[in-house]
Amino acid sequence: MMNKKETSTSTGFFGSFNTIGLKYGKWLLCAGIVLILILPQLGLSPYIMRIMTMIMVYATLAMGLNLPTGYTGQVSLGNAAFFSIGAYTCAVLVTKTGMNFFFALPCAALVAGVAGFLLGLPSLRLSGSYLSIVTLGFAEIVRMVVTNWDSVTNGPMGIKNIPRPRLFGIELSTANGGTYYLIFVILLLVSLACYAIVNSKIGRAFMAIKEDELAATMMGVSTIYYKVLAFTLSAVISGLAGGFYAHFMRYIDPNSFTFDTSILILSIVILGGMGTMRGMFLGAALLVAFPEVLRFMEQYRFVFYGLILVVMMRFRPQGVLGWQSKNPYKFPRGVSQETING
Amino acid sequence: MLLQYILNGLAIGMAYALVAVGYSLVFGILRLINFSHGSIYAFGAHMVFVFVGMNFGVWAGIAASIILTGLLGVAIDKVALKPLRKKNSIPIASLITTIGVSYIIQNLLMVFLGSERKSFPDFMNFGSFMVSGVQLKSSQIVLFSVSFVLLVVLSVVIHKTKIGLAMRAVEQNSRAASLMGIEVNSVISFTFFLGGASAAIAGALMAAYYQLVYPTMGFLLGLKAFAAAVLGGIGVLYGSVVGGLVVGVTESLAMGYLGGTYRDAAAFIILIVILIIKPTGLFGKKGITKV
Repeated sequence: MMNKKETSTSTGFFGSFNTIGLKYGKWLLCAGIVLILILPQLGLSPYIMRIMTMIMVYATLAMGLNLPTGYTGQVSLGNAAFFSIGAYTCAVLVTKTGMNFFFALPCAALVAGVAGFLLGLPSLRLSGSYLSIVTLGFAEIVRMVVTNWDSVTNGPMGIKNIPRPRLFGIELSTANGGTYYLIFVILLLVSLACYAIVNSKIGRAFMAIKEDELAATMMGVSTIYYKVLAFTLSAVISGLAGGFYAHFMRYIDPNSFTFDTSILILSIVILGGMGTMRGMFLGAALLVAFPEVLRFMEQYRFVFYGLILVVMMRFRPQGVLGWQSKNPYKFPRGVSQETING
Repeated sequence: MLLQYILNGLAIGMAYALVAVGYSLVFGILRLINFSHGSIYAFGAHMVFVFVGMNFGVWAGIAASIILTGLLGVAIDKVALKPLRKKNSIPIASLITTIGVSYIIQNLLMVFLGSERKSFPDFMNFGSFMVSGVQLKSSQIVLFSVSFVLLVVLSVVIHKTKIGLAMRAVEQNSRAASLMGIEVNSVISFTFFLGGASAAIAGALMAAYYQLVYPTMGFLLGLKAFAAAVLGGIGVLYGSVVGGLVVGVTESLAMGYLGGTYRDAAAFIILIVILIIKPTGLFGKKGITKV
């Protein structure tokens, strides 16, 4: 994911953590996978299993947002929209047409992908803050459509009694660990896909756009193509997570996918470390599990989120597992940040 | 009917303009969308509510709230944003910081004052009257005229006073301004104070108009006001006013002809359409990128 030279520039506790992660990376990864696989066999309570499942749902969502935001530098504040589109598509297909979950899930990803493509289009002309606000507006529009399209989405009442996914005649549930393994497989596939994308020509193009869009264009990177691609891929991944979520919760309504959801996904990406993949797992684990651990401060939960965002931006804007080169890019004389942002 | 909708829209639109100006001022100087502005607006309305509850009287309550909310704006800049400027952080960092601040304010309001909708004193209501078939509420007239007067005052401050000159100088080029002896940080603080104060007034007016306050009241309104600011070309004062009126009237028409549920979508649809057609907004200047 990164070479030694880069990690050596990060310092302190987290820096050493990075180095350990790099040196024994493969072993840590294998150990982690084995641990996740045997967890359900340890007889944990359904409550903990549900939290573990939610962590993986949010890790998947963060993986999705990481492509446009972490790698390409296009901050999206509307990823709950794709999550919602995926969840509703899957739930509607299964409950209204009786389609098998495993056919409905790719359809959900596809529909979300189309939405992502449409949302990616404004990114051709807009950047920075403007793009963020358009994604946010887009998410609000999706939420309003979902709330008002009674005949399909059942409006504010939401869709109830969504059937559990069935595989070879077995109903997958939290009790038999089926949903847990299902999201694990989805997350694993998504991670592998992201890994492949990020380490290919596409990933380098993404990062070039993040570093300096103008320079990337001049080097022959088709920024238009790659920006829309990042959004589309992000939407497809979020759509998968959404489809799973609908069948895991078995009930969805428009309030399941609000601005808060978008912000939670963004916080995971930022806290974990934009543009890293390990960071997504850690960020999801922290931000999904913490409120559960800190039940007693339930009321302050979002104050806490806010504080995390502010403090992180102040002291470690690159996230817990993120890295930042020691020599940040300096603008040439006479060119300030302001002129670049126009 | 049409005239009625337009008049309703103009009253609300003027209040949007007042909030939009807050976005415009900060954006003009820092090139930053202040996502906490919606929460600042809600904070302003809540402070009026609290002070009135403490028997301050409505006008003293509003005055106290204006000062307190203005100071909140300054505090946000000093505590959260100034250190980022000093460190020369990436622009995303400031954007996310303001989102975080917005969460903190909004949720602290919930913790201390409750998340339910509370009724707000109806101090602008002196009855309503009919003019050639159109109903005009006194609260609409107050909302429109107070916002209008404030916008004029703001525009005078920015274009005719010394501090306004300094603000415009910082907006043009903060480094050059500091070389000319302008205290850039105090100009930024003043801008945040103006933004907070105008948001507090808008908050009080809108809360009285709907006779409701609740902690999340700033979220949707903040977005719409932002849409208004972008619509008119963010950083351009009169653009914010035009944008606010456009959003207000469209919303009122959408509510009248399409039903209440589509009201909130109207602002975003206009915003997205305008941004795609003309990314700098209606009156925005095209930024020149020097390389």
